[in-house]
Amino acid sequence: MKHRYLPLTESDKNAMLESIGVSSIDELFSDIPEKVRFAGEYNIKKAKPETALMKELAQMAAKNADLKMYSSFIGAGVYDHYIPVIVDHVLSRSEFYTAYTPYQPEISQGELQAIFEFQTMICELTGMEVANSSMYDGGTALAEAAMLSAGHTKRKKVLISSAVHPEYKDVVKTYAKGQYIDVVEVPHKDGVTDLDALKDMASEEVAAVIVQYPNFFGRIESMKEIEEITHNNKSLFVVSSNPLALGALTPPGKFGADIVAGDAQPFGIPTAFGGPHCGYFSVTGKLMRKVPGRLVGQTKDDQGRRGFVLTLQAREQHIRRDKATSNICSNQALNALAASVAMTAIGKKGVREMALANIQKAHYAKKTFKENGFEIAFDGHSFNEFVVRLNKPVKEVNQQLLNKGIIGGYDLGRDYPGLENHMLVAVTELRTKEEIDTFVKEMGDINA
Amino acid sequence: MHKEDQPLIFELSTPGRVGHSLPEMDVPEVNLSELLPEGFLREEEPELPEASELDIMRHYTALSKRNHGVDSGFYPLGSCTMKYNPKMNENVARFNGFAHLHPLQDESSVQGALELLYDLQEHLIEITGMDEVTLQPAAGAHGEWTGLMMIRAYHEANGDDKRTKVIVPDSAHGTNPASATVAGFETITVKSDENGLVDLEDLRKVVGEDTAALMLTNPNTLGLFEENILEMAEIVHSAGGKLYYDGANLNAVMSKARPGDMGFDVVHLNLHKTFTGPHGGGGPGSGPVGVKADLIPFLPKPIVTKQDGVYKFDYDRPQSIGRVKPFYGNFGINVRAYTYIRTMGPDGLKAVTEYAVLNANYMMRRLAEHYDLPFNRHCKHEFVLSGKRQKKLGVRTLDIAKRLLDFGYHPPTIYFPLNVEEAIMIEPTETESKETLDAFIDAMIQIAKEAEENPEIVQEAPHSTVVGRLDETTAARKPILRYQKAE
Repeated sequence: MKHRYLPLTESDKNAMLESIGVSSIDELFSDIPEKVRFAGEYNIKKAKPETALMKELAQMAAKNADLKMYSSFIGAGVYDHYIPVIVDHVLSRSEFYTAYTPYQPEISQGELQAIFEFQTMICELTGMEVANSSMYDGGTALAEAAMLSAGHTKRKKVLISSAVHPEYKDVVKTYAKGQYIDVVEVPHKDGVTDLDALKDMASEEVAAVIVQYPNFFGRIESMKEIEEITHNNKSLFVVSSNPLALGALTPPGKFGADIVAGDAQPFGIPTAFGGPHCGYFSVTGKLMRKVPGRLVGQTKDDQGRRGFVLTLQAREQHIRRDKATSNICSNQALNALAASVAMTAIGKKGVREMALANIQKAHYAKKTFKENGFEIAFDGHSFNEFVVRLNKPVKEVNQQLLNKGIIGGYDLGRDYPGLENHMLVAVTELRTKEEIDTFVKEMGDINA
Repeated sequence: MHKEDQPLIFELSTPGRVGHSLPEMDVPEVNLSELLPEGFLREEEPELPEASELDIMRHYTALSKRNHGVDSGFYPLGSCTMKYNPKMNENVARFNGFAHLHPLQDESSVQGALELLYDLQEHLIEITGMDEVTLQPAAGAHGEWTGLMMIRAYHEANGDDKRTKVIVPDSAHGTNPASATVAGFETITVKSDENGLVDLEDLRKVVGEDTAALMLTNPNTLGLFEENILEMAEIVHSAGGKLYYDGANLNAVMSKARPGDMGFDVVHLNLHKTFTGPHGGGGPGSGPVGVKADLIPFLPKPIVTKQDGVYKFDYDRPQSIGRVKPFYGNFGINVRAYTYIRTMGPDGLKAVTEYAVLNANYMMRRLAEHYDLPFNRHCKHEFVLSGKRQKKLGVRTLDIAKRLLDFGYHPPTIYFPLNVEEAIMIEPTETESKETLDAFIDAMIQIAKEAEENPEIVQEAPHSTVVGRLDETTAARKPILRYQKAE
């Protein structure tokens, strides 16, 4: 068959078959027993030429309400942020995106150096000493943090704040089951982790206390108090953080976190219907040799030139096999590159400016909601999200907002009994004053 | 390749430069002390770079020139299926209606995305011969663990809680035993026989009432089809265990043999291998898992379903193992894989496997005169040579791999699988032309000659790369894992 991705011609095939010493390609499959041999062709859609398929898929894409056409106020762990145009130009360098894992360092210095830079940037933002080359996403990164904690402390219980992203909690629970780890939820009180409950639940049986900073409701946790309660019992302090927020907020490392994990999606990575995003994982120096996934290290070549390699590989599955503490192999390298380019473009001063713009714009939106008679639940210091109480189911409101070209916030009733009719609203630096004003006005009309 | 050392982006940073164009601050600003609690405003600035847009573009362009991808040259890395990454896939994944969707927006506003996911599930069900598929796992290893967690849940639901062991062949990918451990199982190894296939006698010995599953790659990591697959399935099933298919090597058998027809109960696929999602320098991947009917209740939630022409997420799955990932998987990679499948169609996918296997056998036969071939039979999409003969001359497989760099090739996978001495594992893929294969074969033959006549040139390779062999021992002993500004 002739296809643009398949270069063998009839004469190539004949010459190759002759060289092998067989008369047909079928003969090469003679080792597949008759009983399991698949006859014929798959019953799937016929191939389409490039232009026709492109059109069909463009039409499929056009059925969706995308964040570039609509005005979006949804966050809940995934955000519509400024993506510098340069990011995609760098990603499109196919020397990066068509490469495999850099196991041959001599011809992978570009990728290795870019990841070394990524590790450095994550350390800078989180205030931690060591960061790895990426994880699948913020949720699985947090699950790995729970497993690391259990392994390190030899304890089989973790406490997780109910103000952690509900889907992250679900993922932590699934992984924990695999490792026979008990996951216990610490309730929130007025939208932040309930410190009294935490004190009661903390004990020397607890491997880790896991909180989110800023938390799922957008609120800023009492990091100092949580750290004290955690370390009093020699448990590990695990923090899931939006790294953009750390452009303005005191980093978890300063508060004594042992592990900071999260998702770098806010830096240069499109929402992409939930993935691929970019988990990150950072720890104190003490935990360096327990980090899951790949680490890039600096070294020298045989002539003394600086170079980079994958290092401390004795931790990983391809060496340790069943003794490995994590099975991660593929990660999100290309998205770590995207995040690096975005962090570089946004830069040292820009990251603070961008983080503060989120705080200011979300604050303005919150204030405007209040001025228009809305009640804000869990009102207090927050980053770029807050909770609005409605008179109607969030789903109903969102469906009406769509007709106005607006994607409304997240329905907290999906995960929190008692929080029906509560919408988690996100306002990033991309939302204009006009969009915010229109959103509040439309919400007022619908909610009336 | 670019030979100049490229400074770190931090070393190129100049205070006062910017590389961004942030949106306007068009809302009235409030004093920060009102917005943040005391002690929460960051004091020290994070040391991110300060560079102009051109500085940044030049930096990453320079780095890209120090990197080898499939687009740079041949990449016969065994077990990794480094085939061409179609450019059309990249364009489609960047459509606004795919790239800029929020995972939590109302289902009515993402019907096109759900349709794509649903149709991809349907295509993968047919390709694997399974009954249902989840697209949630982010990569192959993640899929393995997901599949094993489902097998665990299945046995537990049957009150069968003594099944604590997962059997893997000695030739298995390292992720197999690691995934078993993370899913809470103990790993038992089954030996290969003199033909490179699972030793049936040994398998009979290790299966029992404690067997949860056998994990198998077919063709195996030697590139050989496990001819006794039906007997193996019988042995495992009659002991009450499940059969797990590691789909890393699916490129070898598309339209020739489906895992579902071979007796497998659970399958994971690597969409970034067989279905051209690019490898991205190590990820992101996508690792869908397919299952037979009796395991459907345990699939991670949600699953995309279709009712009366409307697509939706089904969360009502009480026996589900839960979530394995936030949201629904690496959608962007799934879009690329779907585009590829629709580009190839049924006849195209069949040709993919046929040409992949033809290319591998052609290379194997031509190289067999110059390198030891431990298993002399038709291979599937890849084959394993042994560098034993060269080792006797003082040239190790590592040296051969490094010497290939001088010819502009990415070397094959080396020292894997573990059951072949000085293994060299070659997977050409179907997207390579005969000319490319011939040129690589010539290079391998020349290296074999060099090993005999001038071994130093191989032992001291590479000679042409931007850096020479790197000191990995020091890297691990005194790890430098981040840049620190000189004080």
